[in-house]
Amino acid sequence: MNYHILNKDGLDGFIKKLSKKMKVYAPVSKGHGNFAFEEVSSGAQVALKYIPTILPPKKYLMPQREKMLEFDVTGERPVDTAMLEAEEIALFGVHTCDLAGIQCLNMVFSERPRDYNYLLRKEKLFIIGLECNTYCDEHASCALVGNQLPNGGYDLFFTDLGECFIIHVNTQKGEDLLEDMGLPKAFPADMAELTRVREDKKAIFKNEIGVEPKKLPEIFEKAMNSKVWEELGKRCLSCGNCTNVCPTCYCFDMADTVNLDLKTGARSRTWDSCQFSTFAAVAGGEDFRPDRSERQRHRFSRKFKFPLDKFYRFFCTGCGRCTRTCMAKINLKDTLKALAAEQR
Amino acid sequence: MKEEIKNSNWKLRKGRIIDAKQMTSAEKWFDIKLEDGGLDHEPGQFVQVELFGIGEAPISICSSPTKRGSFELTVRAAGRLTRAMHALGKGDWLGIRGPFGKPFPVKLMTGNDLLFVAGGLGIAPLRSLINYVMDNRREFGKVDILLGCKTPEDMLFGDEIKKWQKRLDVNFSCTVDRSAPEWKGNVGLITSLIPGVTMNPERTFSVVVGPPIMYKFVIAELLKKNIPERQIILSLERHMKCGMGKCGHCQIDHPKNYYCCKDGPTFTYEEVKAARKL
Repeated sequence: MNYHILNKDGLDGFIKKLSKKMKVYAPVSKGHGNFAFEEVSSGAQVALKYIPTILPPKKYLMPQREKMLEFDVTGERPVDTAMLEAEEIALFGVHTCDLAGIQCLNMVFSERPRDYNYLLRKEKLFIIGLECNTYCDEHASCALVGNQLPNGGYDLFFTDLGECFIIHVNTQKGEDLLEDMGLPKAFPADMAELTRVREDKKAIFKNEIGVEPKKLPEIFEKAMNSKVWEELGKRCLSCGNCTNVCPTCYCFDMADTVNLDLKTGARSRTWDSCQFSTFAAVAGGEDFRPDRSERQRHRFSRKFKFPLDKFYRFFCTGCGRCTRTCMAKINLKDTLKALAAEQR
Repeated sequence: MKEEIKNSNWKLRKGRIIDAKQMTSAEKWFDIKLEDGGLDHEPGQFVQVELFGIGEAPISICSSPTKRGSFELTVRAAGRLTRAMHALGKGDWLGIRGPFGKPFPVKLMTGNDLLFVAGGLGIAPLRSLINYVMDNRREFGKVDILLGCKTPEDMLFGDEIKKWQKRLDVNFSCTVDRSAPEWKGNVGLITSLIPGVTMNPERTFSVVVGPPIMYKFVIAELLKKNIPERQIILSLERHMKCGMGKCGHCQIDHPKNYYCCKDGPTFTYEEVKAARKL
């Protein structure tokens, strides 16, 4: 096991050195208790204690609007170029829920046929995780889905030990970077301290909804006609906030834009939402999911049921963003509890 | 930093319209040749058609792979892209991605009797299979084709249908919802034609393609005839933005998490009977 130590007062130097090598993005306070991943160049800008950022790190892997193709119809025959506009970046301070979110997206986009825009972006991303020693707030449900502890998905992983950070090195890229920075290796005492932090977490992080996670797919199987969906359908505003902020929602739309010359343009991918009224409509006028209750059920099923068959994991990371952002106060933990209660 | 992605799945093949014909007031037919070779599709698959600057839409391939060199599409002017397609003609270029989707299980059908049931524009995807069967007629048993349209004027591929009617190795029946006095054929729903078909259900594959409303009633008739659920094949419609099982638009409300573009568009009734809508 390869661990290094960084004293707390060395963080500023670490971020500064890192930002000379590549752009660094980290959680930054936006006021009113909100945080966002933004470009930083010093440790002072970074919010080390933060609730999940408004948008998850997926914005760096699958931007809200991404040009996939450029075309030119000037000549006799149209010409198109598939391209990637991305640079090497480091993402600092990624919580374990968001690391899990990135891992979910990795699985989706590396499934054949592959999405090279996503995969090439992923290769350009240097990921530095940050452990949560306590809950960020009451909306998190990371212990339910087993994301309160790191499960890989990073190059380096920081755990706050009070005076210093202990850094787990997971990749050669991470090792090379730390060697370059001259950070010392951890001593057995530091390792013991890490073990103690993790032991403490066992008492802090507990299954937040009190339902066995293994039972969830079965609960959803039986909940196709549940009254819970009707109730959510009555409240849901179909705004799509929940899917925008979800670290694992990846549904998208494709649209062409034409330049003023009317000869050149681009095809772009934009985030879409299964909560929008037109999402499952076809050109002939048929709509396969016209009710808000059906769309809510679909969203929850895509987190707690469908991905288990295909990817053997929940596509809910327990980050709580959907609950924090919902204008109608639809609460993920309450919804799961209500579904479970119905079948008791 | 900008780099080209050579193996991108979003890159378009260029196709040129070599023939086009208005079929009805709403439907237009196109014959398309790709500049870089054949499409190499199987019956029941679809392509994504891109009109540069307007967008992309999934369209069923209506020609059989036995027709080489070019492929055909029948397009109803229903949305933005399809309306724009109606303005195109011979010599115009298109962007093509595909073929996509799971084809009809042609190999499993070999040696069996076939019952085709097409409603309205459903004849377009089904034609890719019917013509394949016609070109390999020896490989199959009895062939029945049932076709339903709103009115006689809405009938697509009229010339071809006349040829099917004349063939001795095919039983063809047609019905219309409403008719003019000169119409000599059946009037009524397509379900009314099924009881009249004689069949050995164990050895019959029925392929049904039509609007969502049609499936429920047609399938009920086929089940009454004791055709096994896995020998009833459907082709479902959803909007597919990527064709690669990612964009999420075509996911079917079914416990098995089917994507219409990858797991379909063709399904057996056994596979999708738990779906909330077909």
